[in-house]
Amino acid sequence: MLTTVDNNVDEIGFEISNQTLIKSQSLSFLIGEKKILSEISLNISKEEIVTVIGPNGAGKTTLLRLLLGLIPASSGKIFRKQKLRIGYLPQRAVYNPVLPLSVRRLMNLTGNFSKIQIEASLDETGVKALKDKPVSQLSGGEYQRVMLARTLLRNPELLVLDEPVQGVDYMGESELYNLIGNLRKKLGCGVLMVSHNLHVVMASTDRVLCLNQHICCEGKPKDVTQHPEYLRMFGLKTTNTMAIYNHHHDHEHHFSGKFKKF
Amino acid sequence: MTLLDDFFWRAIIAGLGVAVVAGPLGCFVVWRRMSYLGDTMAHSALLGIALGFFLNIDLMIGVFAVALVVALILFFFQRQKMLTNDAVLGTLSHASLAMGVLIISLMAWIRIDLMGYLFGDILAVSLIDLYWIYGGGILILVILLILWRPLLAITFDSELAQAEGISVLAVQLLFMLLIAAVIALSMKIIGILLVTSLLIIPVSAARSFSNTPEQMAFGGVLIGISSVIIGLFTSLYFDTPSGPSIVIAAVMFFFAVQILPFKQFKY
Repeated sequence: MLTTVDNNVDEIGFEISNQTLIKSQSLSFLIGEKKILSEISLNISKEEIVTVIGPNGAGKTTLLRLLLGLIPASSGKIFRKQKLRIGYLPQRAVYNPVLPLSVRRLMNLTGNFSKIQIEASLDETGVKALKDKPVSQLSGGEYQRVMLARTLLRNPELLVLDEPVQGVDYMGESELYNLIGNLRKKLGCGVLMVSHNLHVVMASTDRVLCLNQHICCEGKPKDVTQHPEYLRMFGLKTTNTMAIYNHHHDHEHHFSGKFKKF
Repeated sequence: MTLLDDFFWRAIIAGLGVAVVAGPLGCFVVWRRMSYLGDTMAHSALLGIALGFFLNIDLMIGVFAVALVVALILFFFQRQKMLTNDAVLGTLSHASLAMGVLIISLMAWIRIDLMGYLFGDILAVSLIDLYWIYGGGILILVILLILWRPLLAITFDSELAQAEGISVLAVQLLFMLLIAAVIALSMKIIGILLVTSLLIIPVSAARSFSNTPEQMAFGGVLIGISSVIIGLFTSLYFDTPSGPSIVIAAVMFFFAVQILPFKQFKY
């Protein structure tokens, strides 16, 4: 069922099931006076794929960074399962070619893994053949697969992927999403993913969070894609696919960043 | 002649020690695009020298302390968003250089060979300097060895490193400390104005035949050592300042490797 999150959530107890990997409650983040994120409450369980969608500037990456503990929240609570092993795939950074790195060496950057472990992990994401290639010569898709293989070495309980298909061609996109879906089954890990690409994400996702400074709506993909807020955010660009999407929000957004309830 | 009694051999041994430390440390300066930071810290060294004379302490300690303070001020400024790093570095660099010259000129009772400090002087290395260079150098290398993996991870992607449990802030601060130390140690040989060149040029030359980060560091050490030897002999026979002589030797290596074909190296 669809849950539309009200901005003024009542204070509830911080209940955590043993399935929970990461949970946040009323998480807010401000830069100066400016609200970047407000009142984010979410829960990610084992073996669950949660995709955060939202327009540019919605605070998607900021949300990931808060949950990972890379930046401190202005208010709210975050719970992480004790000693949670996180595999993080940041938005593709511009690789600095002055640093001479082979794929194999990149795999060993923070840990000391055996040749067998490294090759098995590269095999898992389908890029074993690239093991001796320089990192600077990888294509967008190859790079993401190598980085994904790198996170697998840490045997993650939660994969955190920030726009994993960025810089990947259209064919590669769905393959990469399939791979992530398969890895979830194989490793039994949770996946928290940020994306602005919609239809492909929808296929492999259990739950979608529609984010624009706050959680506008949340639910199963097919429910979310019928939500009018979602339509307003993504409607113009993909009008054709929008016909099947339809649901209701209780508020609307303004350019000022404020939103008002109907 | 006995080796350590001779000024020239003291300079050679000091220069070799400095080159060995500068290689691996310089890699990170280049990889992390921090050459201007190194420059700024180096220019602050003149202020360190002035303070060293004024307080009558070892000049290396003065240089190390001032370089460290400059690095910390920079660290503080990096947290605000009003000015870019570039502008802050430029300000600090010139501020400390100007203050150094000012203080030295005010201390009329001390005669300082400014050229010697700015561009290096092979006559300047004392036996005590050698102890400093080798004692400090070994300490720097040990710390760098411990920091090697985390520093590489931060260089590749600092947020990723932090997410994987590396304390980025602590590693970065320690790294600044190491740069300040190596500037203090190599100042007498290379000279304040050129001190970062030994951090940057040899490893940059080594880049074109390096397949791994470690090879680049070793290559940098080899080229650095060769430059020091060639440069100091030039300085001895042609009576040129030691710093520029070493730098020109390193630059020649730099251009030579650009011309040479290194086909088997692809990384």
